[in-house]
Amino acid sequence: MASKTFLQAIRDAQYEEMQRDSNVFIMGEDVECNMFGTTTGMIDDFGRDRVRDTPIAEAGMAGVAAGAAMVGMRPIVDFTIAPFLYPAFDQIMSIIAKSRYLYGGQAKVPVVLRANMIYGNGNAAQHSDRPYSMFMHMPGLKIMVPSNAYDMKGLMKSAIRDEDPVMSFEDVALWSTKSEIPDEEYLIPFGVADIKQKGKDCTIVAIGAMVNLALAAAEELAKENISVEIVDPRTLAPLDTATILESVKKTGRLVIVDAAFSRCSAASEISAIVSDEGFWDLRAPIVRVTTADTHIPFSSSMEPQLYPSKDKVVAAVRRTLS
Amino acid sequence: MKVNLSKDELAEMMRRMIRIRYFEDAAVELHKNGEIRGSLHTSHGQEGEIVGACMALRLDDYMVGNHRSHGHPIGKGAKLRGLMAELLARETGVCRGKGGSMHLADFSVGSLGETSIVGSGIPVAAGAALGAKMQGLDRVSLCFFGDGAAQEGAFHEGINFAAIWQLPAIFLCENNGYAVSTPISKTALVENIADRAAGYGIPGVVVDGQDVIAVHEAVSAAVQRARAGEGPTLIEAKTYRYLDHAANMGRDLKYRTDEEIESWRSSKDPIARFQARMLQDFKFEASEIEAIDAAVKEDVADSVTFAKDSPFPDPAEAWTDVYAPIVA
Ligand SMILES: Cc1ncc(C[n+]2csc(CCOP(=O)(O)OP(=O)(O)O)c2C)c(N)n1
Ligand SMILES: [Mg+2]
Repeated sequence: MASKTFLQAIRDAQYEEMQRDSNVFIMGEDVECNMFGTTTGMIDDFGRDRVRDTPIAEAGMAGVAAGAAMVGMRPIVDFTIAPFLYPAFDQIMSIIAKSRYLYGGQAKVPVVLRANMIYGNGNAAQHSDRPYSMFMHMPGLKIMVPSNAYDMKGLMKSAIRDEDPVMSFEDVALWSTKSEIPDEEYLIPFGVADIKQKGKDCTIVAIGAMVNLALAAAEELAKENISVEIVDPRTLAPLDTATILESVKKTGRLVIVDAAFSRCSAASEISAIVSDEGFWDLRAPIVRVTTADTHIPFSSSMEPQLYPSKDKVVAAVRRTLS
Repeated sequence: MKVNLSKDELAEMMRRMIRIRYFEDAAVELHKNGEIRGSLHTSHGQEGEIVGACMALRLDDYMVGNHRSHGHPIGKGAKLRGLMAELLARETGVCRGKGGSMHLADFSVGSLGETSIVGSGIPVAAGAALGAKMQGLDRVSLCFFGDGAAQEGAFHEGINFAAIWQLPAIFLCENNGYAVSTPISKTALVENIADRAAGYGIPGVVVDGQDVIAVHEAVSAAVQRARAGEGPTLIEAKTYRYLDHAANMGRDLKYRTDEEIESWRSSKDPIARFQARMLQDFKFEASEIEAIDAAVKEDVADSVTFAKDSPFPDPAEAWTDVYAPIVA
């Protein structure tokens, strides 16, 4: 066991997989200089062939990764901040997500596309998106949004070994958070939610860093004898709907916490699934705690109010119980 | 680069060009009578640049193409049955009825897929070249794309990647003068797309796309460079498409004149020109060419029969190959 940060977990997962499989390599902007600490020691151990700085050409990065993957490589592409995925949208949506299908199973595109999400820090509208639900919309992609270093490492290793394209959305607020990481190897499968805390009055499904908000809210609610069950889906595609539905069956109430904009969010999708398949288990309307549907403003007088907060989660749970 | 072609290779060039021509003749008919759904983009007139380029490759080299998709895999050596069955949306199609005319692929001959988003294949081809290089294979990757695609951002990013990493890639711009109705003169100020190669620090070559041998020589030189680790080449084949942008569009868009089409057809047809050279320069007998012609006709007819005899995919197949099959 060793205590490691979220960033170290990313680095270790990548490192171990590069050691295991010579087809794994990393490309991205400023990866050689280890800008974020996720490529520590890799130039020395794997060389510049497998840790490749790229031009600022995101469509090219995605497309080149796709082509390399189609002929047997396993590229990891570090897009750095999530909105930088947008210039690569065409390659992700039309090539990476669809090639296996379009070519009748002949193509496989085992790429890992990594993107971090930095919001709440005064970076304004263009840098602050949490865009995973846009990609959830597209069949063919797998999506992970880990909430802690332990899950990050296990999911990232699975992602790199996956035969399908995986997108990893990494909340910057988690970067320096630590988990106890076992010395021996472990993998976390996709599509398996983690129940962070058992409870009986209300289920909170929390995505990524929102798990920590949910835990804090649950602690406060416990003082009022309100018992909350917290489900961390860990991956949004595939989504472990069975675990969510089972929890709702038990509690009869559901709050979903998602740092993305509300409209067409993962929270909306989970809400729709529970309405469709778990309606008769519900004792109160589902409540979504999401980010307001406006752009992210620069000024601190405007920005913080827009995001989910512990108080909003507490209020949402109370609403389901009132 | 002068390439000495054997008589068999010359015959194969002719064979592949007319395979494309007759295959597409059949496809246009099947499309006209409603047996082929969706859009059908034909290469009539462009067979010379396609076959000249593909014949410079080995079977294990990679190829990526575009919406004008039939010629490329045929040129690369794919069998016709699976291609025709795909056009006719059958289970036995190369893409098992999921891709259709714009998205042929035959990985068994290195055809990694034709993609219908204009320009999108260019970075992918660079990536296949990167894969080959990293794996220490001496394979190259050839990308076909149009003059229209050369105006896409993906053109710039894909070629630049191949240039900076000295990847074994050949970018072949099939400049047929138009993107649908829009002439290249409206969308690019440079005289030749190949002139842009200088901007990436790689060689750019212009070649007569109606001369299969000339294209073959130009691409062979690029392949030799690529295999030697000297990086990519941008080649522009000046060519022409005889038919509408897509078959049976049913509208005369009046963006070009009948005289223009006729002048290319009558004096620059790649098949007719090559046939004349086969007889005059390469000492073929007319009967030998006739035999090739007859065999191809039979092959195409066989592919249509095979396709029509094949079942349509089970509707449940709509859900397969979205993700890799789960292995327990
Ligand atoms: C990104 C994108 N934009 C527009 C289209 C519609 N479209 C299909 S083919 C085509 C023209 C392409 O021209 P060119 O690259 O010269 O190829 P050609 O058809 O002449 O072979 C257009 C505009 C498309 N398929 N993809
Ligand atoms: Mg064109």
